[in-house]
Amino acid sequence: MKHLLSINDLGAEGIDEVCRLADHFTEVSQRPIPKVPALRGKTVAMLFYEDSTRTRLSFEVAARRLSADVMGFSVSASSVNKGESVRDTVATVSALGPDAIVVRHRSAGVPQQTAAWTHASVINAGDGWHEHPTQALLDCYTIRDRLGSVAGRRIVIVGDIKHSRVARSCVMAFTALGAKVTLVAPPTLLPPEVGSWPVDISFSLDAVLSDCDVVYGLRVQKERQSDALLPSLREYTAQWGLTAARAARLHPDALVMHPGPVNRGVEIAPEVLDQPNATLNEQVRHGVAVRMAVLYLLLAADPDLRPEGAGA
Amino acid sequence: MSTVIKGGLVIDQTGERNGDVVVEDGRVVAVGPDLSGDEVLDASGCVVAPGFVDIHAHLRQPGAEEAETIETGSWAAVRGGYSAVVAMPNTNPPIDCAAVVQEVLALGRPAPCDVYTSGAITVGRKGEQLAPMAEMAALGVRLFTDDGNGVQEAGLMRRAMEYAAGLGVVLAQHCEVDSLAAGGHMHEGEWSSRLGIPGVPAEAEELMVMRDIALSRFTGAPIHFQHLSTRGSIAMVRAAREAGLEVTAEAATHHFTLTDEACASYDPVFKVNPPLRPADDRDAVREGLSDGAVDAIATDHAPHSPDTKEMPFDQAPPGMLGLETALALALTELNLPLAEVVGLLSWQPAAIAGLKGVHGAPIAPGGPANLCVFDPNETWTVDPDALASRSRNTPYAGRQVRGRVRHTIVGGNPVLVDQEMRP
Repeated sequence: MKHLLSINDLGAEGIDEVCRLADHFTEVSQRPIPKVPALRGKTVAMLFYEDSTRTRLSFEVAARRLSADVMGFSVSASSVNKGESVRDTVATVSALGPDAIVVRHRSAGVPQQTAAWTHASVINAGDGWHEHPTQALLDCYTIRDRLGSVAGRRIVIVGDIKHSRVARSCVMAFTALGAKVTLVAPPTLLPPEVGSWPVDISFSLDAVLSDCDVVYGLRVQKERQSDALLPSLREYTAQWGLTAARAARLHPDALVMHPGPVNRGVEIAPEVLDQPNATLNEQVRHGVAVRMAVLYLLLAADPDLRPEGAGA
Repeated sequence: MSTVIKGGLVIDQTGERNGDVVVEDGRVVAVGPDLSGDEVLDASGCVVAPGFVDIHAHLRQPGAEEAETIETGSWAAVRGGYSAVVAMPNTNPPIDCAAVVQEVLALGRPAPCDVYTSGAITVGRKGEQLAPMAEMAALGVRLFTDDGNGVQEAGLMRRAMEYAAGLGVVLAQHCEVDSLAAGGHMHEGEWSSRLGIPGVPAEAEELMVMRDIALSRFTGAPIHFQHLSTRGSIAMVRAAREAGLEVTAEAATHHFTLTDEACASYDPVFKVNPPLRPADDRDAVREGLSDGAVDAIATDHAPHSPDTKEMPFDQAPPGMLGLETALALALTELNLPLAEVVGLLSWQPAAIAGLKGVHGAPIAPGGPANLCVFDPNETWTVDPDALASRSRNTPYAGRQVRGRVRHTIVGGNPVLVDQEMRP
């Protein structure tokens, strides 16, 4: 595999392979010196056109723990602000010789376009409303870690599905692994033609709450009010927020997940976030091992490219 | 100096016959067997038709000469078999007053085909105040449109239709309700949902078609619909015509050829407005062209320089080239008799643009020598670098198509001979 642009590039087998590799890198991360030489001599460029704290840091930590060099590209300090096109920037970054480029952009499809403009491997770190494959992978890994497997699990994704790249990747990943996914949102926050997705739809969180293994909350942005998609965040929380009262109706083992950053008290009540079945920090922690696995898979798994004696 | 077109099948509004055609001094002087002339153009295996008329071409001049000029766009037209093109007014400055109309017509005078221009309905195409249509009509403008924008305000559109009817000119509408279409970059449906690209619903087009049919009934003024792309729009136009309203419509080549699935490549070469639609809408456009609900094939030729198209999908401008591929796509994609294809490209659009008698006229002695000679069976592969247009944004790169223009004669001059441009 050359690029990770979409969860579809992996399929169920690929996701399983990433999870197995991530098990190994989780163990590496617990060592006193959490570093292996697997990608020594490789360079990973970070091309982040959009603000990101956790994803960017997570990729950087993952690359360094594999002994890769990291080439940072800070949009505000770069020629992007001087009007350089994405294509020219990709050409410039490529000319510096990275083995992989991790791309985040506010426009859907930019990682796919980037892949056509560079010889490096391209990893999608989030593109518009389209996909965020490594988020879905770390979520699969978290569910697998907590519940043993994703297959057969009943997963409720609640929130702004329409504008969410996390939702698109998670739906593909969870259903590929055999989970039963239900999307819960007001109709204004569901994508068009969502009936063609391999999911169930509910407009009521209360109707599906007592019967699921995972509740996955998505961030709801304030501007959805001005777009006439929501009357108010207050109404959203009342109808679709995971309040303490709703959380009390969950199965005791059911997980509460969220890709972050959370609007405390909007999508999920603060006291619910502090419960032991809320996995937000685990998701972040697993993100490093999963991204190590992805980088390893793309840059070292080809035996021709694997550096001598650089076994993980 | 006379020219004889030898050995072709002559097709015009009056029917089909085998014969040679002799043109001299801008006129057809003879049609019949075994004719001769000073220059001989071989038409064996070819159709000899009235030159095509594109009532929807963006020639980009003035203002975006890096994408196209009236000269390069006209050469693209001639390569496509067109003897006339009607320029759209979304230039910079827009074609919304006599001064800019004169400028465009002056730039078009030395062009290899006849260049006509439309005028804007409203000042600056802003949809706020009527443009001086009478002074533009006095210069020969027959088609008015804010193309690129629909006229949003129903009251203003009503007044524009009433005013235009008094001048004997036709309003052409780019049907799109902004409040439904705003922020969209492709058709809203299964593919936009999957690709995470904000969509434009079919209803954004259909609501304005519905409104303007009602206004046509109300005012008694004719209305022409540009680049219709949905099943609902075409059904409404069909019903309006059956009810006897003066409603005409065009379809763009890409809307009967491509579907929204093409956007899965995220290549902005497939971004166009109105957007590519699902297969059912594409089929409806084909049906409309076949049963007469749609009068004309238009290109919506919209050149963009490479640097503006090599952008993220949602940042790139909409539009694709069309002049050099329209005939071939019509022959390849539409299962229609040759005469119907020629009518859709020639005398039917000529009638909408008020060019009857000059373009799309019957090929008979005394008639204008605006002709196109094409081989309906030649297959070729679209190569962006081989186009005469200044831009390269064809969505058909690498596609094998059937039907190729061999000669184009404009005002009696062979401007394209054996596919070679003759400046």
